[in-house]
Amino acid sequence: MKSLRRMFGFVNPYRVKAIIALILLLGMVGADLLIPRLTQRIIDRGIAAQNMHVIASTALIMVGIALLSALFSVGNTILSVRVAQDFAADVRSAIVRKVQTFSFGSLDKLRTGKLLVRTTSDVNMVQSIVAMSLRILTRAPVWMVGSIIMLVLTSRRLSILMACFLPFIALAIILFMRKAQPLFLLVQKALDRLNGVLQENLAGMRLIKAFVRVGHEKERFDDANTKLMRKNISVMEMMAFLIPTMLLIVNLGVVGAVWFGGTSVISGRLTPGQLVASINYMSFALFPILMLAGMVGPLSAADASSARILEVLDTDADVKEKKDARSLEDVEGRVEFENVSFSYSRDGNDPVLKGINLVVKPGETVAILGATGAGKSSLIDLIPRFYDVSAGRVRIDGIDVRDIELHSLRTHIGLALQEAILFGGTIRDNICYGQPQASEEEIVAAAVAAQAHAFIIALPDGYDTKVGERGVTLSGGEKQRIAIARSLLVRPKILILDDSTSAVDVETEALLQDALDSLIAQSQHTTTRVIVAQRISTVLLADKIVVLDRGEIAATGTHADLLATSPIYQEIYRSQLGDGGAAHV
Amino acid sequence: MSREGSPQMPAGHGSGIPGPGGHGGRARIEKAHDPKGAVRRLLHYLRSQKWLLVIIIVFAAMSTILALFGPFLLGVAIDKAIKGAALRELLHVSLLMLGVYLGSWLTQIVQSVLMAKASQRAMRELRAHLFSHLQTLSLSFFDRHSHGDLMSRLTNDMDNISRVLSQNATQLFTGFLTLFGILAMMFALSPYLALGSMLVFPLMFALVAVVGKRTRKWYRGLQAKIGQLNGQLVEMYSGQRVIIAFGQQGTTLKRFDVANESVRQMGIRAQTYAMLMPPLLGILSNANIAVVAGLGGWMTLRGMASVGIIAAFIMYSRRFAQPLRQLANLYNQIQAALAGAERIFEIIDTVPEISDLPDAIELGQIAGAVVFDHVSFSYVPDVPILKDISLAVKPGQAIALVGPTGAGKTTIVNILTRFYDIDSGAISIDGVDIRGVSRDSLRQQLGIVLQSTFLFSESAMENIRYGRLDASDEEVIAAATLANADQFIRRLPYGYDTLLTERGGNLSEGQRQLMAIARAVLADPRILILDEATSSVDTRTEVSIQSALLKLMHGRTSFVIAHRLSTIRNADQVLVIDNGRVVERGNHDELIAKRGFYYRLYMSQFRGGSKQRVVSRLS
Repeated sequence: MKSLRRMFGFVNPYRVKAIIALILLLGMVGADLLIPRLTQRIIDRGIAAQNMHVIASTALIMVGIALLSALFSVGNTILSVRVAQDFAADVRSAIVRKVQTFSFGSLDKLRTGKLLVRTTSDVNMVQSIVAMSLRILTRAPVWMVGSIIMLVLTSRRLSILMACFLPFIALAIILFMRKAQPLFLLVQKALDRLNGVLQENLAGMRLIKAFVRVGHEKERFDDANTKLMRKNISVMEMMAFLIPTMLLIVNLGVVGAVWFGGTSVISGRLTPGQLVASINYMSFALFPILMLAGMVGPLSAADASSARILEVLDTDADVKEKKDARSLEDVEGRVEFENVSFSYSRDGNDPVLKGINLVVKPGETVAILGATGAGKSSLIDLIPRFYDVSAGRVRIDGIDVRDIELHSLRTHIGLALQEAILFGGTIRDNICYGQPQASEEEIVAAAVAAQAHAFIIALPDGYDTKVGERGVTLSGGEKQRIAIARSLLVRPKILILDDSTSAVDVETEALLQDALDSLIAQSQHTTTRVIVAQRISTVLLADKIVVLDRGEIAATGTHADLLATSPIYQEIYRSQLGDGGAAHV
Repeated sequence: MSREGSPQMPAGHGSGIPGPGGHGGRARIEKAHDPKGAVRRLLHYLRSQKWLLVIIIVFAAMSTILALFGPFLLGVAIDKAIKGAALRELLHVSLLMLGVYLGSWLTQIVQSVLMAKASQRAMRELRAHLFSHLQTLSLSFFDRHSHGDLMSRLTNDMDNISRVLSQNATQLFTGFLTLFGILAMMFALSPYLALGSMLVFPLMFALVAVVGKRTRKWYRGLQAKIGQLNGQLVEMYSGQRVIIAFGQQGTTLKRFDVANESVRQMGIRAQTYAMLMPPLLGILSNANIAVVAGLGGWMTLRGMASVGIIAAFIMYSRRFAQPLRQLANLYNQIQAALAGAERIFEIIDTVPEISDLPDAIELGQIAGAVVFDHVSFSYVPDVPILKDISLAVKPGQAIALVGPTGAGKTTIVNILTRFYDIDSGAISIDGVDIRGVSRDSLRQQLGIVLQSTFLFSESAMENIRYGRLDASDEEVIAAATLANADQFIRRLPYGYDTLLTERGGNLSEGQRQLMAIARAVLADPRILILDEATSSVDTRTEVSIQSALLKLMHGRTSFVIAHRLSTIRNADQVLVIDNGRVVERGNHDELIAKRGFYYRLYMSQFRGGSKQRVVSRLS
């Protein structure tokens, strides 16, 4: 329960409300506890003494107390709901704010699905425990202790009886805690396993069909399904035994009170009123156990949720801004890699880039070519500081990127990532994502250059067409072109295209490159271009082509240079463009 | 989306928060369209346990009724004690009470244990039914439904149903029984005092009805707000890299804060209403105790009641609120479960668009001759993708499919495998129309290597064995060796026993392709379908893949969606597809000589465009 306890730190700002809620709760319990005593008064002083006045006045007092308790209770509810909702909103906000400080390294670890579960159902789970802790979780033990005190005050004799039951109750609780929590965990595991099988089944549906492996899949599913059933049954059986048993303990207490109390009444050592009140207190004292028994499941679930939330909150920002970081003004666009090595693991094992030295002059176009896994994306991810280098340094205009304010650094860089992610909203919203105040002309110009204008205006609502779940479905190439338009609109000093035309056909890509050339030629400032590609045709025109192979620069030069000198480049060229030289031209 | 088991809401809060996944962005109105139908169909899953259910109902009734006698006997005992009766009589009543409580305890345990079994068996059956039905649905179904949506139906909806079956159904029954039982007991004990209590009970009903209705209304509002927030979170988290790249964290937070705040506000309203119910009911039952004590005391003075009756009434009053509160919650939970059940039945009722004909034959050992005869196909009606495609491939021939993106090359694969059925024309293998054979026997003859290789989170060995489940370890290794995969697999931390991940994080793209080739080698199909991956692997792996593919294609009929010039050159036939039609056919040299579409495509895609651009640049 350590994680859950830590999460309660988020209640701190609302502690005044929480404390008032708890005080009201005490008042409420106190009022409730008075009711049996007043019943006793009616029976002993009213009925036994044949005094109608006492009966009437006591009943009125009881009504008054009920109303008072109502008032406390409403106040408690209002406050505790507020505290819980404030808590939830704060935790959600803390998670989201934390995520906004993440760079790519943290996102690799905490993927969309994980983050989502943590921000939604996990927060919710903990929130409901916070609400309950200001209500039944506190009320139950207070009620229990209060009832025992009242029982002692009402009848010593019967409280001794009660004392005999306490060990059994304690035993039942301990047994329950010990048995229940592990069982709930097992159910959760079985459920995760079932979901895992499902997930894979859905993701691999094509393959499963292609290989006619439905039978195999059904076996896997049946296995997980049956296990889940068994675990569910075992938890439910335990609850099926424990809850009636606890109820039985309460009822045995009542029977005991009836017998011992009854004999005491007969022998005159107990008044009838005391007997009735005692029986009430006894069931008061024992009922909270039942309530608490129902809380074990939610409590352990909330603790697990807390741990998951804290995992996000405890994640250190992988890329930190220095306190004295400077902002970039008037960028020329010179990019330098100096002895750069990079590894995704913190200990520097399995480096994906080794000893990279590269200078990109302002206005130059550099293409990075190489196989998947050669380190192309890793290399360009270091420029906007999505990751930090493991060794060496990356400099822009001579300044180490780690000395630059992150926001300032990234606003000078336009980037189209490999996977073109578009947001919900219109195509226009998407294009001007990085520059919300862009004019219509600018948006259209960017789209034209990205070879996106033609297909956009062919869409039903043109630039106002909605994309995403309920909007039109765009092809991979179309999405990529919108993403490129988006990166052009910010008028970057450094434009990075990370294999962002992979789904665009070669002819369109050629047009795009030409358009890009003229767009850049027209603009007032130079733009340095870094293009990652797998197709030779994409990189042909670059001022400099860098061939990456397994994390190292294998060759650098123009197309002609490399074709003459680099065996790897020749190989790539042959495999893509054929070996027949000018045979058919 | 939610790629992990999300903890569910505890019972009693079932109407709360839709999980992440399918519900993002839309408000879920939790109401079944045809509750009766959903109930009837759910009961269907319990039918094999009819007698168990009868026993459960009998035991539930017994346990409830027995428990109701407790306070009654308590009253009797108190009256006897006050009247100074003999200890024997008191002992008898006490023992009777003990017996009643023990009986109630035992019957309740039996009932709950049986219910656990019955409900969980039914749930297993329902899950298995849904799952196996999903397996029969064609790919077009999965195109239309997001994984998130399907997962949500399989998890959240199932969970709601499970809760209703295992707990709420009995609660519904015992709740009503308790309410009427208490009223009956009260009237039996003292009709006048019972009438007195009736002053408060209707208030309780009214409270439950009014507050319950309000709560539902606010909850619907809350769900809508949560839906909006979840939708925003999905988008935000999945686009987080773009947010970072464009430095838009600030605006993102602003948008989030608005949605977060409105969830908070709505949450306060909805929860306040929901949580007010239990304490308010408690207050009313306290008020009732005052009425009982006052009125009862007055009646006792007039000899119309007794202290024992008052005591029994007090116990009954306290018990009255609980089933009432349960029933109020049940309404929401049962509605949510029935709505979930409808979503599940919606899948189960989806008729597979492609199913085997009743007289479908099993395709036996084939030679591998494939003929497309004037085939047309569309995914969406009126948007034809393939138009009048005809082709003939002799056994053992390789045919390369070439054309621009979106021309329909992949679609040819999809219809040959009968992932989709064609609109008109016919496809035959060895002269047999593939619509007349069972899909399973058809696909067993086909080996498919898809562009993106899916790996299961199992060992490398098992992933290859997926090609043929009864293959021995030696056969798997032999296949891996032929596919040039053996070497790198042995270099993995645990060799063939290394656990792979779904996205194949521990393997490179090229290595995953080799895994897929090994699978196909193991399956040893007569017809091979290769969706050649675009040149995305390092040159050394590329060479491995090329040679593995050549070995694999040897002696088999092969359809290759070709991206590599070498593949196209080696093919017996090249089919040039544009806009859903075969525009040219022949071998590479013939097509080049033709100087037609292929020539132009080749020029731009492989040589010409680049060449021209180089020239223009150099000049």
